[in-house]
Amino acid sequence: MFTLAWLIPVFPALAWLIIGLSGKEMQNTGSQLAIPAVVVSLVCSVITLVQVAGGAQPETSWTWLEWPGFAISFGLQVDPLSAMMLVVVSLVSTLVQVYSLGYMAGDGHYSRYYANLSLFTAAMLTLVMADNYLLLLMAWEIVGLCSYLLIGHYFQNSGVPQAANKAFLTTRVGDIGLIIALAALFAGTGTFSFSEVFALAESGGIAQSTLVWITIGLFLGAAGKSAQLPFQVWLPDAMAGPTPVSALIHAATMVAAGVYLIARSLPLYLAVPEVMQLIAWVGGLTALLAAAVGLVVHDIKKVLAYSTISQLGYMMLGLGVGAYYPGVFHLMTHAFFKALLFLAAGSVIHAVHTQDMRRMGGLAKRLPYTSAAFLIGALALAGVYPFAGFYSKDSILAEVYLSGHRVLFWLGILAAVITAFYITRAVVLTFWHRPRSEAAAEAHESGPVMTVPLVILSLLALSAGWLGAEFAGNLLPRFLGSEVHHTDAVHRMVTLVASLAAMLGIGSALAFYHFRWFDPQRMAQRFSRLHRILQQAYGFDALYMRVFVQGTISLSEQVSRFDLNVIDKFVNWVGSATRSLAMGIAKLDRVLIDGFVVGMGTGLDLAGEKVRRWQSGQIANYLLSLVWAVLISILTFKIFG
Amino acid sequence: MEIPILTLAILMPAAGSLVIALLPHERVHWQRTLALVCSLITLVIVGVMGLEADLSSGRIQLAEVAKWLPQYGVSYHLGIDGLSYPMVLLSALLTTLAVIASWSVEYRAKAYFSLLMLLEAGLIGVFLALDYILFYIFWEVVLVPMYFLIGIWGGPRKEYAALKFFVYTLFGSVIMLVGILALFFGAGGTTFSILELAQGTYGRSLQLWVFLAFFIGLAVKVPVFPFHTWLPDAHVEAPTAVSMLLAGVLLKMGAYGFFRIMLPTLPEAMAQFAPLLGVLGVVNIVYGALAAMAQDDLKKMVAYSSISHMGFVLLGVAALTPAAVNGAVFQMFSHGVISALLFFTVGLIYTRTHTRQISELGGVLVKIPAVGVILAIAAFASLGLPGMSGFIAEFFVLLGTFATLRPLVFVAGLGMILTAGYLLWMMQRVLLGQPPAAWGQVADLAGSELVVAAPLILAAIILGVYPALLLNLSSPTVNGILTLLGGN
Repeated sequence: MFTLAWLIPVFPALAWLIIGLSGKEMQNTGSQLAIPAVVVSLVCSVITLVQVAGGAQPETSWTWLEWPGFAISFGLQVDPLSAMMLVVVSLVSTLVQVYSLGYMAGDGHYSRYYANLSLFTAAMLTLVMADNYLLLLMAWEIVGLCSYLLIGHYFQNSGVPQAANKAFLTTRVGDIGLIIALAALFAGTGTFSFSEVFALAESGGIAQSTLVWITIGLFLGAAGKSAQLPFQVWLPDAMAGPTPVSALIHAATMVAAGVYLIARSLPLYLAVPEVMQLIAWVGGLTALLAAAVGLVVHDIKKVLAYSTISQLGYMMLGLGVGAYYPGVFHLMTHAFFKALLFLAAGSVIHAVHTQDMRRMGGLAKRLPYTSAAFLIGALALAGVYPFAGFYSKDSILAEVYLSGHRVLFWLGILAAVITAFYITRAVVLTFWHRPRSEAAAEAHESGPVMTVPLVILSLLALSAGWLGAEFAGNLLPRFLGSEVHHTDAVHRMVTLVASLAAMLGIGSALAFYHFRWFDPQRMAQRFSRLHRILQQAYGFDALYMRVFVQGTISLSEQVSRFDLNVIDKFVNWVGSATRSLAMGIAKLDRVLIDGFVVGMGTGLDLAGEKVRRWQSGQIANYLLSLVWAVLISILTFKIFG
Repeated sequence: MEIPILTLAILMPAAGSLVIALLPHERVHWQRTLALVCSLITLVIVGVMGLEADLSSGRIQLAEVAKWLPQYGVSYHLGIDGLSYPMVLLSALLTTLAVIASWSVEYRAKAYFSLLMLLEAGLIGVFLALDYILFYIFWEVVLVPMYFLIGIWGGPRKEYAALKFFVYTLFGSVIMLVGILALFFGAGGTTFSILELAQGTYGRSLQLWVFLAFFIGLAVKVPVFPFHTWLPDAHVEAPTAVSMLLAGVLLKMGAYGFFRIMLPTLPEAMAQFAPLLGVLGVVNIVYGALAAMAQDDLKKMVAYSSISHMGFVLLGVAALTPAAVNGAVFQMFSHGVISALLFFTVGLIYTRTHTRQISELGGVLVKIPAVGVILAIAAFASLGLPGMSGFIAEFFVLLGTFATLRPLVFVAGLGMILTAGYLLWMMQRVLLGQPPAAWGQVADLAGSELVVAAPLILAAIILGVYPALLLNLSSPTVNGILTLLGGN
């Protein structure tokens, strides 16, 4: 069947190449090439999605390396999961790039920005189409590079390079797990191909111990990328990048790559329930702990960052209890509503030039589109009917409930309460009441290049959940080839509990921040210990700084001193001791050695004769070279000694 | 009669060296042009060599044998295979680029370019020689020009660094010579042929002693911890082009010995010492990375990073599996390219800012963006970014090591994190932030500098995207050696 799938990553890649190579000539352009490219990718993605829905499963593969008894093929495949991801990635990327026309206008490194976004899009699209772990890993690292480059976009500002480094290094630690997983995979199966590995896993062809290495290693990589405990520290700092980047990379797509990896590898995980448990717990705890930090931060982007960590935790929690479809479903809805929240926040930041919610307020009147968009995103995030998050979060919680993990279920519900609370708080502080700064009082709505993407994402944040709803015929689960396990009774109960949780969160946030029945500051003082712990995000940063960063630097300094003061000193001591010995001998044999040197000098004069003898092949050149060596050492000792 | 193309590849730069030495002193432009022409012709010869030879056959190609000292079993024996060809190509390529990078050398230019050509002849000779005596001669021939290149055109402590380099490597090679003689007599004293001596089987204790002798000789060159302290000094003092060759090719002579000599000739000793070699490999990786992190001198940092990356070669050899050993061969070439690029870029920064101290640098990306981008590319290549050759090399080494020396994979992985750490930290301090106010107007990348950097960047990317180009050359030879090992 004719397919456009292979072209999907090619267009943004070409855009990157052309913008990148044309250098200075493309100053303040770039978008003219990058946006058409990503739009073509989006069109191809949608066509491919329709084809896949019609039963097609495009695949292609070519030999990358072939040795006797050993071959690695590189291929692309589009199954329903990939098709869904392709559309999500190209759609959000398109909207973000259009939005950036307004947001990044006048930026000094405009074309570099679009080049990096194009490379990111190409690599991310490749990542979700790869038919094997090695190609996935390579694309995985390239998106990581783009993340680094884009976080560091304002690299002359203080703190920005550190944030970029932190993101790259923290994910790098997880990536080593990924590399080890691939090594174990290779040692245990001899292949990286998804289909071959999963077939082997299902037939029990992979040793259990190998499976444990593989699954834990993959999860380390996924946890790094998706900012799960204990790797979550990099994502809040990554907010140093431009806000559209945060929307695309650090909310909708790249950070979800970890979730994608686990979803993709679920056939392997099903064989090792212990590791599944680990994922479920890490996901559940991340969902709760990150949400709680969202309660106390004042930076609107940081609220959204902790929210992203928390929501990714939900997805991991779902996958950890074996809920493939709900995890993937939430990945999709979250991509839309979180991109929306970030872009709306970006519109706010663009208007008031601050990220501090304490200096905002009253923006609903000044920024009507933006505030409506943010509100829709907030309702979707909080899980209010009939917004997207309602459907996807419920389907995760229902599966968690059914799996029998009662503690994890209530953890998820508690996190839902907190989620509803912090996002309501953000809405009230940002958009309601009176402006708390001059900038907020004089803010102006952004132009249509920024508001149109907000409108489109708002529609998606409202309706994307319906794809998984019964009234729409369970479109998404059927597309993904997944059955819905939970019975109506369970589903109704979970829906009720989750909706109550959302209401509770929203209601109490309104009580604190809108109606002011309670004073949040007095609460903070009463629970000052807890408040401080949350403000410090449980002290991970300080701990990592002390142990890993400063520890490593101090170790490196010790190693360097050891190198200089022990090893090298010994070498020099041996050298000088030998020299003293040689000097002693030289004194005795001065005549002899001098004679030798003079003799050599004479020898060099007879070079012509030597060449003749060389040709006859009877002179020991070998000896000559040794003589050379000895001669030079003697000379150098004499000159420099 | 066939054209002795291998001999030609050695003679060409050797003749160039001689002719340059005969040119008038004041004709600096003639001297460097001649060096460039000679190195380019050599590069073409090496290219033709690659087309002529069936390199993926796993056997020695284009062999040239002549009697030399028949009564001692010494012959003039050259040959090429998938193992040595990449190294010969690397030598020819890097020498050409080094000549271009040395274009501004005016001080005693005649001697400089003459020695550079002599160095190339020696390097190519080492990788082509298939007779121990010939191999040893070329090995020593390499020492002499390198000694002078550091000692005359080097930095403030050039005498110390050059002498240390010379004496240290001479010490190693003399011990290696003892090993060669022991092997010769142990095999009956009839031949110095590397290939024939690899056919023989030797008693345990002989293997052990010969192994130790060779190990010291090779370990100094690689260099393996704790024989490495000459390297940072040599690099810090050496001029840029010489550093490119030193890290790019000279270190590979030691590593090459493991593949050409140790694995095929001393299989039992190799198998016995493999775990120890592997441990030394990861010590190199981690120790080198930690030492690199602490350096303030950019060049010294790159030098220690070389030690770290060469650890992967050692680890790959020690793993004794096809993926790992081929990964190690790949790393030799890849590191040759990437380290040359790194040293070259450090040189670019130094000529513009007159400092290599990281603490005195900053904002390079703002002030000289093209140079900054090249440094960033080199750093990401060095830290193993997929799509570039370093990733393939280190990934294959780890892939093959997991089966045999599993715990070491984790230590090496730690080393990769440290590597990312010091390189990112370096970039943060050198490239990002604001440039020091003291810098005046400085020019960005010149065309002639791009000519040096571009081939290296392209090589790293092409091999990173399609590594089969190189792996398909090395694997028949490597797999042949490993099959022999398995048979023992």
